[in-house]
Amino acid sequence: MQKRVSTTLFDKIWDSHVVKSLPDGSALVYLDRVFLHERTGSVALESLKAADHAVKNPRHAFATMDHIVDTLPGRGDKTLMPGGENYIRTMRRASNEANLTLFDIHHQDHGIAHLISAEQAITLPGLVVACPDSHTCTLGALGAIGWGIGTSDCEHALATQTLRGTKPKQMRVCFEGDLPPGVTAKDMILHLIAKYTASGAAGHAVEFAGSTIEHLPLEARFTLCNMAVEFSAFTGIIAPDQVVFDYLQNRNYAPKGELWEKAEAHWRELKSDSDAVFDREIVIKSEAIAPTITWGTSPQHAIPVDGKVPALNEAVDENERAAMKVALDYMGLNPGQPIEGLPIQGAFIGSCTNSRLSDLRAAASILNNHRVAPGVRAICTPGSAQVKRAAEQEGLDQIFLEAGFEWREPGCSLCFFAGGESFGIEERVITSTNRNFRGRQGRKTRSHLASPAAVAASAIAGEIVDVRKVNGR
Amino acid sequence: MKPFEQHIGVCADIPINNVDTDQIIPSREMNRVSKQGLGEGLFAGWRYLYEGTEKVGENSEFVLNKPAFANTSILLSAQNFGCGSSREHAVWALRDFGIRVIIAESFGRIFKNNCARNGILAIPLAPESIRHLREQTQHDPQTCLLSVDLAQLTITTPDGNPLSFDMPTFDREMLLKGLDYIDYTLQFESDIESFIKEDSNSRPWAHL
Repeated sequence: MQKRVSTTLFDKIWDSHVVKSLPDGSALVYLDRVFLHERTGSVALESLKAADHAVKNPRHAFATMDHIVDTLPGRGDKTLMPGGENYIRTMRRASNEANLTLFDIHHQDHGIAHLISAEQAITLPGLVVACPDSHTCTLGALGAIGWGIGTSDCEHALATQTLRGTKPKQMRVCFEGDLPPGVTAKDMILHLIAKYTASGAAGHAVEFAGSTIEHLPLEARFTLCNMAVEFSAFTGIIAPDQVVFDYLQNRNYAPKGELWEKAEAHWRELKSDSDAVFDREIVIKSEAIAPTITWGTSPQHAIPVDGKVPALNEAVDENERAAMKVALDYMGLNPGQPIEGLPIQGAFIGSCTNSRLSDLRAAASILNNHRVAPGVRAICTPGSAQVKRAAEQEGLDQIFLEAGFEWREPGCSLCFFAGGESFGIEERVITSTNRNFRGRQGRKTRSHLASPAAVAASAIAGEIVDVRKVNGR
Repeated sequence: MKPFEQHIGVCADIPINNVDTDQIIPSREMNRVSKQGLGEGLFAGWRYLYEGTEKVGENSEFVLNKPAFANTSILLSAQNFGCGSSREHAVWALRDFGIRVIIAESFGRIFKNNCARNGILAIPLAPESIRHLREQTQHDPQTCLLSVDLAQLTITTPDGNPLSFDMPTFDREMLLKGLDYIDYTLQFESDIESFIKEDSNSRPWAHL
């Protein structure tokens, strides 16, 4: 009898989507869903039309407005960003012409692409989902392959319902044991990237596993998978379990009745075989992770919040030393200085990384009965209309507003230049987002990535604080 | 797409790791629903001087603004060039500016694909090879040109020694012939159709 070849979760999904293996070792891979946003999707749809290609399966194609749209209350098509309105109107017209389902600005289920793709159960376990956005890997938390692509590949995806790709190598990252108090999924992923660098998973799809992951709530799993791209992974994925099935059941696009039963039975088989071989394995002891924050301009520039900015001689080579020097200069920091206690002028909670209900609850529990320090501009942007409504039903909006936070409409917001807004020059900002790149949140703005709780605690203190000290207050 | 065969040009060095696509083109420079005319925004945060957020002139310190690097069409860099955001605007800006080849230790995955789709060669090379290219060109960039041959898969330095590089066979073919990716895939349309038919039977819940 032929021996069955052991396969990984990623293998199972990828292999079952191969339409055709091609002579160069690549494959034409079937896409279950394509999701667009107005910044990259508008160009893709326009360009597709100019080339006289139709969207192959509009029922499997969805779109939202999150990247360009304003998040100020009372917003419309106009944005502070020059030319922004064109993106929004082009996206609306092109989506309608192509018969895509569009979650437009005032749609009751509007929001950031990767949030609504989950909330609507557009993404299901075992699916391959493409989106012209690097954070599509977020959806790996549902046990799907989230495939981030560029605009040209998005045109290919829309026109053919496939992508051509070579199966990446595979890595498993096991987080084992309990997380210490005050430590979140955001700290886990920053810890991982700091240790293995921002290109640590280049060429690999990463499966997150281990006892910590098994006990991790779904919203935290989204945060973890979201930043797989910051680790240079092809994508991040977690085996779907009861937590995922309970979340998806009865949602808008989820299968119903008998079809659900069939689907769930199939999904229960979606896990790596116990003897599956990975090209690389990393094990992290979760108890050793501290609340983590970035000091520099790459997500790998991360340290425990009670640690010190590294010295230049800690760089592994001259290019990294050059990058560290530029980062220190940009951030206005000196090697060896503590990060705790740095005064801040901005605090932002939002983005596809950390803008879900549990993120807002964590921040609100710290903000309750406190005020943001004078001189700190604090903004909260819920990731979707559903999150916003749920938060308002719990009265979280009132806690944010009473603390002195702005309470925004859903969208990408100040994660970058969405709506045309930025933080100020040389302002230091603590942010629940995913990228601390130079200029990301404003010209010369100094961004420190951290968990929503750390953002809230620091906003009150007016300086970067260790959330563990606040929790005991 | 224009076929790519051989390119000879001036080469400029950006020797730091993790040059992300927010540096290549900041969000605020992506001001049109078009693939054209984005060259002005290339490396905007580095290339221009600002008062507040207003551009007030060119930053003479930035490599691409130095007279010695006029007409640069080849970039050298380090690890993970083009990481971060998937924005293809980064590649359109590079193309519009006149960049045809980027040589680095490694590239962001999506960025590298975007390059291939737009006729730009993204060539990964070992650090010591990049160091060699740097030594061969950077002291006199207008005279010491690099010659990149996609058909032969070689980069020739001013000392006449060719270095070989790898490129996925398919991307190379597409670039050499200037073929359209979508048209190429559509020849397999009947395979796609029969896959969808079978898959709707085996995974009906996945089909809306």
